[in-house]
Amino acid sequence: MTKVNSLSELKARRESLQSRNKIRETRDHNQSVVQVKVAMATCGIASGARDVMNFFSDELEKRRIEALVTQTGCMGYCYAEPTIEVHVPGDEPVVFGYVDIQKADEIIERYIRRQEQVDGIIPVGYRTIDNEED
Amino acid sequence: MQLRVALRNCGFIDPESIDDAIARDAYAALAKVLVELKPAEAIEILKESGLRGRGGGGFPTGLKWEIASKNEADQKYVVCNADEGDPGAFMDRSILEGDPHTVLEAMAINGYCIGASKGLIYIRAEYPLAIERLKIAIRQAREYGLLGKDIFGSGFDFDIELRYGAGAFVCGEETALIHSMEGERGEPTFKPPFPAESGFLGKPTNVNNVESYANIPVIYLKGADWFHSIGTGKSKGTKVFALAGKINNVGLIEVPMGTTLREVIFEIGGGIIDGKKFKAVQTGGPSGGCLTEKHLDIPIDYDNLIESGSMMGSGGMIVMDEDDCMVSMAKFYLDFTVEESCGKCSPCRIGNKRLYEMLDTITKGKGSLEDLDRLRNLCEVVKDTSLCGLGQTSPNPILSTMDNFHEEYIAHLSDKRCPSGQCKDLMNYVIDPENCVGCTACGRVCPVGAITGEKKEIHSIDTAICIKCGACEEKCKFNAISVK
Repeated sequence: MTKVNSLSELKARRESLQSRNKIRETRDHNQSVVQVKVAMATCGIASGARDVMNFFSDELEKRRIEALVTQTGCMGYCYAEPTIEVHVPGDEPVVFGYVDIQKADEIIERYIRRQEQVDGIIPVGYRTIDNEED
Repeated sequence: MQLRVALRNCGFIDPESIDDAIARDAYAALAKVLVELKPAEAIEILKESGLRGRGGGGFPTGLKWEIASKNEADQKYVVCNADEGDPGAFMDRSILEGDPHTVLEAMAINGYCIGASKGLIYIRAEYPLAIERLKIAIRQAREYGLLGKDIFGSGFDFDIELRYGAGAFVCGEETALIHSMEGERGEPTFKPPFPAESGFLGKPTNVNNVESYANIPVIYLKGADWFHSIGTGKSKGTKVFALAGKINNVGLIEVPMGTTLREVIFEIGGGIIDGKKFKAVQTGGPSGGCLTEKHLDIPIDYDNLIESGSMMGSGGMIVMDEDDCMVSMAKFYLDFTVEESCGKCSPCRIGNKRLYEMLDTITKGKGSLEDLDRLRNLCEVVKDTSLCGLGQTSPNPILSTMDNFHEEYIAHLSDKRCPSGQCKDLMNYVIDPENCVGCTACGRVCPVGAITGEKKEIHSIDTAICIKCGACEEKCKFNAISVK
């Protein structure tokens, strides 16, 4: 792995990583990729997030939906673990709570595949350092 | 409304991918500080930001760094305190599990500012996932040259190692933490000398909490003025709280300083479970106090919480409803303190044990009104004479419940009654002859055979045998059994 030797190298790497992330979202020209992030902190794992993550990885592949399933840290919704964030290209990312295998199946079939409304979305209740004015 | 600063990357990045972190500005602050600023200038920015220690004490972080930077030594150390020990608190664990690189980056900035080349993270072995992710993060940062020799070509060397704690509460106190890292007993020593003069292995050492570190990279990227503009008079920025207890949305939240308890509990937290009545919230864990309905509209910051008889603490918030007994709550915390006292100084070792026994007597209905004065006196003595922060604050839950819920103590003492029906020794299950139909269901479910009565006749409970398990009340279909 190449070392980062200067500020300009860090900046260059950050930019290439950011554009890589953009490419991930729009892999194969307009054929975009669904992203699923599973909250895998101690609390989430204890509530079964690992099974849910495995289910998404296996099933999305089996059902031939091109997607990127990654783990992330705690989203803060302990009461609703396991929680996941789904980003369907062209839509805002949404967070689902209380995701068990059955719910995961519903999210894949109805929300990801057919873009239907699915219950269990947790509304975003915070501002970030990038969009404080909201 | 929440504002995520310390938690800015938690839940967004893959914590095991340094590339994810770099794409969201990780190590950009370190690069900026190393390339553009002298240590003294960087410390000045931190001072201007107004950041105060998030572990509970609230000491200005910039000032702490300045003191450590001015002590000359051949070797200095930077220590991250990840010995989160308050019951019901999990802020630091979530940050370490969700965004480990921010802590590494801030520790490196700290090292540059005070002239330390070595960092240590003191983390409890009870956090295996956080340890695993930190190890991965450290390895990745070394591979990228973001830890190690000559970082960003600046000539500055810095590396980080982990040190494991066995989960002792007292090791969150910085001198006890340092002794534990040295392989000594985890016991505090008198301050001064402060760790900034003589800490790990006798060298100048700067100890900061995980959440304090998580704020630091953003301060350098967005500027001291930006950070200073968030919050109240002497409390700047945001605070992460772990909401727990009788609240609908148990979870991790981050709000600007100055947000009210009402917003935290009723808006963000979604109110009390089952629509019950809010009674109190314990902030600051075993060192803090309870805040009640009259405190709901006070803006939360370091100074207001102390004025209200509690403290910020590390950020645990345990919400209680009308069914919770405040004497039992104080007893719970004293039980914890007795367990966690290291035993080095007598006021804490013996005093807390006696305080616990007095509370136990009260909850068993064997106390007298004179106990109140004795309790308060002993609380003051333990506070004034204990060696470290653990004993100096451990009576706080008793004092604050005595101040805010005096009538509950009186009820336990003079009426031998627990108003919330929590103290088992002070309650009796009784059968209402009006409603009892003599179905015998209660008698069959009673595990100790305390209920007698013939079929179709009114039953009765022998209170001398009854263990107050409540099984009969649950079983009765006719609402004939209740607590008196």
